[in-house]
Amino acid sequence: MVDILVSGLLLSGTYALVAMGLNLQYGVAKIMNLANGEVLVLGALASFWLYTTSQISPILTVIMVIPVAFIGNWLIYRFLLTPLVRRSKSQGALEVDSILATFGMSFIFIGIMVSIEGGFFFYKYLSEPIQILGSTTSLNRLVAFLIAVLIGVGLYLWLNLSRPGVAVRAVSVSSEASGLVGINVPQVSALAFALGGTITAVGGALISTFITLDASIGVVFTLKALIIVIMGGVGDIRGAIVAAIILGVVETAVATLIDPGLTLAAAYFIFVIILLFRPQGLFGRRPV
Amino acid sequence: MIRRSLLALAAAFTVAGTSVYAQDMIKIGAIAPKTGPLAGGAVVTQWPNVQLWVEEVNARGGLKVGDKQMQIELIEYDDKTNPGEHIKLAQRLATQDKVDFVVAPYGTGFNIATAPIYGKFGYPMIAVSAITDKADELTERYSNLFFTLGTTTAFVDGVKEILIEQRDAGNIGNEVAMVNVADAFGIELADRARELFTEAGFEIVYDKSYPLGTPDLSPVMKGAKDSGAKAFVAWSYPPDSFGLAEQAIIENLDVSVYYSAVATSFPAFKGAYGNKINNVLGAGGTNVDDPVIAAYRKAHMDVTGKTADYWASANTYASLQILEQAIEGAATLDRGVVTQYIKDNSFDTVMGKLSFENQVSKTFWSVGQWQDGVFRGVKGSNVEGAVPVRAKDGWSE
Repeated sequence: MVDILVSGLLLSGTYALVAMGLNLQYGVAKIMNLANGEVLVLGALASFWLYTTSQISPILTVIMVIPVAFIGNWLIYRFLLTPLVRRSKSQGALEVDSILATFGMSFIFIGIMVSIEGGFFFYKYLSEPIQILGSTTSLNRLVAFLIAVLIGVGLYLWLNLSRPGVAVRAVSVSSEASGLVGINVPQVSALAFALGGTITAVGGALISTFITLDASIGVVFTLKALIIVIMGGVGDIRGAIVAAIILGVVETAVATLIDPGLTLAAAYFIFVIILLFRPQGLFGRRPV
Repeated sequence: MIRRSLLALAAAFTVAGTSVYAQDMIKIGAIAPKTGPLAGGAVVTQWPNVQLWVEEVNARGGLKVGDKQMQIELIEYDDKTNPGEHIKLAQRLATQDKVDFVVAPYGTGFNIATAPIYGKFGYPMIAVSAITDKADELTERYSNLFFTLGTTTAFVDGVKEILIEQRDAGNIGNEVAMVNVADAFGIELADRARELFTEAGFEIVYDKSYPLGTPDLSPVMKGAKDSGAKAFVAWSYPPDSFGLAEQAIIENLDVSVYYSAVATSFPAFKGAYGNKINNVLGAGGTNVDDPVIAAYRKAHMDVTGKTADYWASANTYASLQILEQAIEGAATLDRGVVTQYIKDNSFDTVMGKLSFENQVSKTFWSVGQWQDGVFRGVKGSNVEGAVPVRAKDGWSE
């Protein structure tokens, strides 16, 4: 039982890292970013590459990834996605356009990554056993979990207590109304998109210390992130975190108590049940 | 008017140019994953050997076809690990690029799925990365398809023999913990293993599957550990072979036999875990003491900058040597004649003398073991240099 809780919570840390960024991008900037997984794998590749060529600790890579990913994602939003935002007449049209654009972008990312490293990102960092409440786990998972908690709490406080955070939340509720009260919507959207991409890339760098990734695996994470974001409620960071915890614990419980073969089935079952009873997601607002 | 005639002139030159070109070039097509789930394996086992072979053949002046020396022109495509894509590209290779011969695809499913299209154009396919018990049925249906890496049963048999030996030596009991990836490959092997292990008197006390790409294998390893079995067998694929080893180290899985299937033979496996994985068993194997293999591995390193894996790399290179010798031996680019030549002759390769019986080669390694930094073959069929199996003793460096 303790095993299930510990492993489940650690796994949910991973899932939260995967989903929090997409939540910001989709919830605030209204960009359904299908290249989310590829950005995550880019972070992983940076970590792998720096570790294997120059023995740079992935923790240090995380710190280096932050400015690079932030600027990179900001540029993507500014130059690739802003034209789409401008010309779209409704949010629905923007979603369709952004899905197509980011889908295309994901192939470019894959191409770049394959040209750097076509094989698996094989390396191990901090894979030392550690005891938590009598349950054995690995240090790298714990580190990733702690950083996920840090990012989650930090993001929550920032969104609720700071002025720019409140602006971000306002845009997530209604970009039209936010514009009317003097919020610079394009700027806040760009900020949210860049921040989201940064969290995803940091997540990738951390996850790569315990999961073996390769250039083409991004789509798996995009799908997982999508489930979590939809389940938790679009645009609410608490939703993404709670959904990640539910998914992590349920998957681990099913794998331990019933059969590891049923983890995916269990994840989608929970997803369907939640959507049946709360179509707007756990923390989502009912559309008015 | 002037422009049109210039165009015509240019076209005429192009046509003339290609016809001269075609005489001393032989076109070889290769389609395999560079992206998608199987890319990680293909860039270790398939692509470097294609590169090595083409460079080596061209360096010595090309293939000798009759009285002509022909340089190889390689045309390669990424099938994105998508069989539909592969079939489209195969069509393109045959009708637009008009390649003379092809390198067989990567992956069991891909070889089976594309046998009809390559067969339609008469290309011989010397499949390497394809393991199935249905080889006889398939070769009967497709006269162009050859198998070289062994059968499902042979792989399970290799593991079964080791389990029996270790039980006789008193290192393990009758209990075996077995897991498999929920994929055609893992399921077929696990089904066969259930029968063969039970026949041999073993009891499979933990028997679970997990989906491909499972992010957290710790519940699987905890379950195997709790079963108390002293033997652990995983019919696994590349990302999970690594994930399982990682969890085994973390849980300090106390077993005397630890086996994981694909990718255990990758040099990166040791790169990631160092000596902790000493005495881990895996699919494949090679005889590094064989001077021919040693020379091949050195050339692989020199040309591609990568260490050859300790399993299908050598078989892949051997399959290209067979194609090379068959084209030179048949002294023609006629694909039907070359296919027949492959069936009727034996070939000198890095894997030794290879020949086909009903289009299936019976020379292959089935189980290998990491012993002091090298993955050595311990079980195989018609191969020399198998070393005795050692019992696993802990996971310390």
